[in-house]
Amino acid sequence: MIKKILKYAVISLVLLFMYVPILVLAVYSFTDASNIGAIHAFSFQNYVTLFTTPELQHMIFGSILLAFGSAAIATILGTTGAVGAFYSKKRVRNTLSVLNQVPVVNADVVTGFSICILIVVVFGVSKDTYIPLVAGHVVLSAPFVYLAVVPKLKQMDPSLYEAALDLGATPAYALFKVIIPQIASGILSGFVMAVTLSLDDYFVATYTKPATFDTISTYVVNATKGSQTQIKTALWALSTIIFIIVIAVELFINIVPSRKEKKEG
Amino acid sequence: MKNMFSRKQLGIPYGLFLVLFVAAPLLVLVYYAFTDGSGKFSITNLLNFFTDPNTLGTLCYSFVLAIVTTLVCLLIAYPVAYILAHSKIKRKAVILLLFVMPMWINFTLRITALKEILSLIEGNLAFYPFLNTVIGMTYDFLPFMILPLYTTLSKLDKSLIEAAADLGADNFQTFIKVIFPLSVPGIVSGVSMVFLPAMTNYVVLDMLYNSTYIMGSLIGSYFSAYDWHNGSMIALILLIIICIVSLISGDSDSEESGRGGALL
Repeated sequence: MIKKILKYAVISLVLLFMYVPILVLAVYSFTDASNIGAIHAFSFQNYVTLFTTPELQHMIFGSILLAFGSAAIATILGTTGAVGAFYSKKRVRNTLSVLNQVPVVNADVVTGFSICILIVVVFGVSKDTYIPLVAGHVVLSAPFVYLAVVPKLKQMDPSLYEAALDLGATPAYALFKVIIPQIASGILSGFVMAVTLSLDDYFVATYTKPATFDTISTYVVNATKGSQTQIKTALWALSTIIFIIVIAVELFINIVPSRKEKKEG
Repeated sequence: MKNMFSRKQLGIPYGLFLVLFVAAPLLVLVYYAFTDGSGKFSITNLLNFFTDPNTLGTLCYSFVLAIVTTLVCLLIAYPVAYILAHSKIKRKAVILLLFVMPMWINFTLRITALKEILSLIEGNLAFYPFLNTVIGMTYDFLPFMILPLYTTLSKLDKSLIEAAADLGADNFQTFIKVIFPLSVPGIVSGVSMVFLPAMTNYVVLDMLYNSTYIMGSLIGSYFSAYDWHNGSMIALILLIIICIVSLISGDSDSEESGRGGALL
């Protein structure tokens, strides 16, 4: 009995540590308080500020566009890379895997700084073209798409592709009709991963972004140094919205498939 | 023959991309680290790093911070992962999800939230900069430690634990002699996931008003000063540390652990 209570106590304490800050902030985002303390009145002012301040609008829209844009490129590159590597000679495959692993284990500070030096300092490409930023975010996320697709390729039945060719499909047709459907779940989770990594990144963005552009992370870090309370509390609202979206996406990903399996099983 | 050709060719764009944006930047980094402003070979940057007490102090502080953060994460994550892997807890999948979910929320927003709570408790964050940084980093990196530990512990062969019990080992002996040694790969991969960010993620320090530098902050300050050569040297030193850590963690760092494992 004591053991059982102890187990639940450990789990609950750690969960409290992880969620109390987010939840407290979520409650305060619906008030007019500028600090965590006494609540005077409930208010949606933070949410109004969040969606009506041009600076905040640009930052949110820009981050989302960057996340989905770079994730789309990363998904195409990572998937084709994984398929190509899977059917190549062992030496080529191993070389690709090792190179693919570099951004995964490397510190983001080093990744961002090295890309900045190559593209901006050596090649002289202006940061205002967004090329360094997009390239940086693709470097950050494409390896994870690759890692998500490879296990799916290994699980695939190789004879299906050959059967398609024997039945007269062109390699390209067989690729889209046979291989892609079988690795689709890997591609999708790779894409979701890529979006999350881009939205979470601070370091690559800070070394490669144009001076006038801000992602959520770079904006939040600058805002915490400033003293504009209105912006600060509007960011609480942003944090709450992201928290709700994450819960919704998690529920969707984890509950929808398990129901489907139950029905099919 | 033609058929085989087309599938292999798909890898070419990604291969070129990796060479251009992953391999080339690292080579340029090495070049810049060992040259001076006029492009001549020079070891001044190396000497700068190893003779300046400030940079050496930063290296030490980074190591201490990373070691303490990693230990704290391990001490919290191990019991959690162990309980999740080995007890009959209701709604285990949901609880595991709860531990992983924060990884999806932007870390700067999470640190902002933590900062508000810490300010409330401590009054002034400036009193305990080191403690606050350890708390902040633990808050940020904990899921990365729990996940590989859980993966390793839940795959552990239960019959070995039963065998130990049958042979007369008590719970403590079973843990020390059987479970713990078998969970070492998970520990190693968790440690490598936490240690490096703890040496480099200077944003956590900045946001919690810890003005001491860590290795990442050095790159940041050289970047702001447009000093590419000294910055590259710091990046190179970090790369070497990263290589050493990856070599130690080696094969135990499988595809399913780490950052990607959370979502796959």
